[in-house]
Amino acid sequence: MRFAELATRNFKEMLRDPMYMGLEIGIPAGFLAIFWSLGRNMGDESFLTTTMLVPGVAVFGFAFLLMFSAMTLARDREGALLSRLLTAPLKPRDFILSYSLPYIPMVILQIAVCFGVGALLGLEMPGNAGLVFLVLLVMGICCVELGMILGLLFNVNQASAVGSIIITLVALLGGIWIDLKVLGGVFYDVGNALPFAHATSAARDIMMGASFSSIAPDFYWVLGYTVVFSALGTFLFRWRMVE
Amino acid sequence: MSYMPNRNRFAIQTFSLSRKFGDLVAVDGIDLSIKEGELFSLLGPNGAGKTTAIKMLCCLLKPSSGTATVMGRDIHENPMAVKQIIDVSPQETAIAEHLNAWENLRLIGGIRGVAKKEVKKRSEELLEMVGLARRAKGQVRKFSGGMKRRLSIAMALVSDPQVLFLDEPTLGLDPQSRRGIWEHIAELKGKKTIVLTTHYLEEADALADRIAIIDEGKIVALGTPQELKDSISDMRVMVVKAKNLPSDAIEGLKEIYPEVKVTEGGIEIRAKELSFYEIVDYLRPRGVAIQSTSLKQPTLDDVFLHLTGKELRE
Repeated sequence: MRFAELATRNFKEMLRDPMYMGLEIGIPAGFLAIFWSLGRNMGDESFLTTTMLVPGVAVFGFAFLLMFSAMTLARDREGALLSRLLTAPLKPRDFILSYSLPYIPMVILQIAVCFGVGALLGLEMPGNAGLVFLVLLVMGICCVELGMILGLLFNVNQASAVGSIIITLVALLGGIWIDLKVLGGVFYDVGNALPFAHATSAARDIMMGASFSSIAPDFYWVLGYTVVFSALGTFLFRWRMVE
Repeated sequence: MSYMPNRNRFAIQTFSLSRKFGDLVAVDGIDLSIKEGELFSLLGPNGAGKTTAIKMLCCLLKPSSGTATVMGRDIHENPMAVKQIIDVSPQETAIAEHLNAWENLRLIGGIRGVAKKEVKKRSEELLEMVGLARRAKGQVRKFSGGMKRRLSIAMALVSDPQVLFLDEPTLGLDPQSRRGIWEHIAELKGKKTIVLTTHYLEEADALADRIAIIDEGKIVALGTPQELKDSISDMRVMVVKAKNLPSDAIEGLKEIYPEVKVTEGGIEIRAKELSFYEIVDYLRPRGVAIQSTSLKQPTLDDVFLHLTGKELRE
């Protein structure tokens, strides 16, 4: 359990960074309030209902988490601290766990903020809350694992730039504000190949009362990406451990 | 029980250890044998290959060819076993900025598998030793450069490593902070094997049992500080304090005496045969106002200049 000490340090670094914590809570809460207000003014025909917005904004918020996790790892890599840590007898999977585990409470916090703000805005959820949580949790972990990959491949500036591109990609192709079927063509194919729209769609369907079996293909699609990103991250860490 | 070095055994041995980066040969086939408990210094200018050598010994960098053992464990074949018994204070300040001093020590102790009780006990001792006991709970991002370096050294000691690598531990610090860190390093002498890289010759001279002078990836001289100085004992060093020293006068002097070093307020000339009159007669007609001349004992700087033709701080 040597990695637990490093995971604790990474968690504390996050908690002690007021800007990070502000964005962590402010981004989902702010986006949810803005789009809810927009939807209300658009009238009853609007796509922007709380049931549609809450899971979508949660997935969108994870894209920011992806960028932050990538930048944290890239920053440690650029500084001498990671070099020092790499001289300790830790294995690549210990490092990946140390850097990704602290983000799981943040994923849970974002989900809680989205549903808390959603409840204030009148969210009603006839479906299974536990299943919604599970789908979003896996999507959040998937984003953190992708963040690890970016943090291992790029420096801080590059990770920030690539992270911003992914945030835009999630906004456009994550089925959050725009239905993928409306986009159509190659955009539909790309969006459908990525995990984000699957998570958004699965969470929405469950919230509206769908069973797990009906969203299982979407869930396993997201889970598959999470496993692949996690394995790739561990492989990249092994490669980075000895330059 | 704490580790006690055995002076009859080698802690580190390198065998034609080399590392290339593309066409650049950073470390060029170095062979070293460092005894347990020895404070061994790698002395050389920036880019000489000191940090690359340390990184290979710490298993952070794979050698292009050759290998090394640390306490009998091969860096190629058994890097995890090497990592169990070493620790390092890197050149840059490698600390977690949002943690306090105490938490930084606990982090390193924890990832190196030291029991919590032991980490607590050692941290108290180490913070006392480096003079940070009163700032143990202060966030380290508010520490001065010297305080961060002292903490960095304490972090490298919390696991009580058998072999300690100190990479430029006083780089960029003011003379007072530097001397403070020297005192801490001197306290460790004989208690563990220490490999210290530096480009401050005073540091190597004051602390090291033996020094390897490294230049362009190669070991150009090896011995105790006194042995290295004795190796040029037949050399004489004349210190000339002067005003209005034009560069053409210095260049002209270099044609007579190849080893001329420009210092603050004058020059130093090294040669086996030095003629006071010849130097004065050369400089005066060129408008140089000589304030004083004196002879001095060769220093490690002189050894380095003699061996490599360049100065340590070039």
